[in-house]
Amino acid sequence: MIDEELVQLLTPEGERVAHPDYACTLSGEQILSMYRDMVIVRRLCNESTSLQRQGQLALWAPIQGQEGAQIGAGRALAPMDFTFPTYREHGIAWCRGVPPENLLRLFRAVSNGGWDPQKYRHHLPTIVLGNQVLNAVGYAMGIQRDGADEAVLTFFGDGASSQGDVLESFVWASSFNAPIVFFCQNNQFGISTPSSTQSKVPLFRRARGFGFPGVRVDGNDMLACYEVTKAALENARAGGGPTMIEAYTYRMGAHTTSDDPTRYRVDAEVEVWKHRDPIERIKSLLVREYQTKPAAFEAIHEEAEAFALKLRDDVLAMGRPDPLSMFDHAYAEPHPLIDEGRRQMGELLAQGSAH
Amino acid sequence: MATTTMTMAKALNEGLRRAMEKDPKVLLMGEDIGKLGGVFRITDGLQKDFGQDRVIDTPLAESAIVGTAVGLAIRGYRTVCEMQFDGFVFPAFDQIVSQVAKLHKRSDGVYTMGLVIRLPFQGGIGAIEHHSESPEAYFAHTPGLRVVSCATPHDAYWMIQQAIESDDPIIFCEPKSRYWEKGEVDLGHSPHGLYDAVVRREGSDVTVVGYGSSVKTMLRAAEAAQDEGVSLEVIDLRGIAPIDFPTLVASLEKTGRLVVVQEAPRSTSVGSEIVAELTERCFYSLRAPGVRVAGYHVPYPPARIEEDYRPSVDRVLDAVDRVMGYES
Repeated sequence: MIDEELVQLLTPEGERVAHPDYACTLSGEQILSMYRDMVIVRRLCNESTSLQRQGQLALWAPIQGQEGAQIGAGRALAPMDFTFPTYREHGIAWCRGVPPENLLRLFRAVSNGGWDPQKYRHHLPTIVLGNQVLNAVGYAMGIQRDGADEAVLTFFGDGASSQGDVLESFVWASSFNAPIVFFCQNNQFGISTPSSTQSKVPLFRRARGFGFPGVRVDGNDMLACYEVTKAALENARAGGGPTMIEAYTYRMGAHTTSDDPTRYRVDAEVEVWKHRDPIERIKSLLVREYQTKPAAFEAIHEEAEAFALKLRDDVLAMGRPDPLSMFDHAYAEPHPLIDEGRRQMGELLAQGSAH
Repeated sequence: MATTTMTMAKALNEGLRRAMEKDPKVLLMGEDIGKLGGVFRITDGLQKDFGQDRVIDTPLAESAIVGTAVGLAIRGYRTVCEMQFDGFVFPAFDQIVSQVAKLHKRSDGVYTMGLVIRLPFQGGIGAIEHHSESPEAYFAHTPGLRVVSCATPHDAYWMIQQAIESDDPIIFCEPKSRYWEKGEVDLGHSPHGLYDAVVRREGSDVTVVGYGSSVKTMLRAAEAAQDEGVSLEVIDLRGIAPIDFPTLVASLEKTGRLVVVQEAPRSTSVGSEIVAELTERCFYSLRAPGVRVAGYHVPYPPARIEEDYRPSVDRVLDAVDRVMGYES
């Protein structure tokens, strides 16, 4: 990963490196707090994978390896900023305060959403690749019209970077100078398709062609992801327009629990990336520079275990929704076909033909 | 306020103006809608009066026009998106069916997708390919969307305002061949709800239902039929999704005979839905099967032969003869 254009503030071994454009502004206390975020989000991910294997979730999209990118970006947000995720932004949802059990409602197949997006200022998961990026640009245009001191942070992957919606988003954000930051997690694969199939140039270089800056950051370096995102958001809020961030990372797990990555990548590659683990890297830093004691790590570990137990209980407590709820909010205003459907199903349920 | 005479294009323009005056959150977005006033001049002068932040000339990307309108809706704006022509809506189809139609539901009612997608549709203007299509059935088929069509300047003026005020997303189909036809507009009042079907001409023998450009064709057919002693009841559907079936049922129970007219291809269409539903609801009142007069199952033809494709007065009258012929 020797790349002179890559912004890195912490080596895989946990040693600080200086960068001419980005200084680390985080205190030891903040770094430890963000380490805790990463550990809990990874634990959430492992528990969710187990729950899926046990038949308790319909699907799960693992995040392992991308915790540094997401906690770094997520903690760089100001409270009033708005985020537009894909279906894998579990770390961002955590940073926005979305209750973890709500995050799992989609994967438990009891909801197609899961939380109040206005309350947490975190849009709902978007599964159609790239749709949310245009929605995010529109939201940013609204911020401009309101004259608000806010910015939008939107997410997509190397796979979705080929979608027309993402490229149209670049055009619009540039033309309207929208207060938005495009955060692309290049985790190397769109299911099995390598990122080299999506682009023959490093993804961050595309931004220049659209008329705004692109930055490639070490996606496994939480400190760098934090500083680069924070600067880009500040620039957007100040009227400086869009920035694209390519967080160069690696999806350590499968695309989803339905995927089998052994069919398209070799173990040796995964082993290389294991040594760049975002969590271990911060742990080394904390031990080396901040003399964080083993007891502190142990406490976080215990908290994560307790968290996972509660999460499991919360998920198992999510029962089958009332079938009639499918008619709620299909429209905002009265609709004869909704009334008819609700009545027909209500009669069937009353006759006892429930499933 | 007085009744005044204007074209449908002007009525839409005035309706948009009034909606923008009433609600500062109403925005217009589209290609060439600012300085040019749109290729049909529907938004003529609005950018000058409301500014570039509210009447937005966009890059040429339809998916982005709708996709950003979704984000603006999340932020509390009501955006009227202009698709330049019916055949250019398809790049936006993904955003319309995947996000616009679903986000109110997915957010458990938190988001209001109060946006309008204006679609100049149907043919009859001698245009080249992709400028004369009738894609309404795609949208009418999609839960979460509503679809309407205006046929008169009065309805154009009021329906566009009602659509903008609606908290549901609306595909607003404008019969482009009628843009320049004049009619009376009552600026003070409209008696109809947005989805109400309206009886344009009362009759007793056959119920003839259509929307958009077909309304005028049906009225001409009714004149011709009267000369032959057949009385047609002409209904302007207006609401394509949902359909005002009570009004259609009331008519069909009186006449017992149904003809549906549309420019769109017949198979799996709005007309198909009307015939199926009315057969179910009015079975014992029917004196003949419902007949559809529609476009053929071919890509919209070159304009030099489009009048052989579009429902004509003669084709409507042939259908009337067919349903009258079932009488023993």
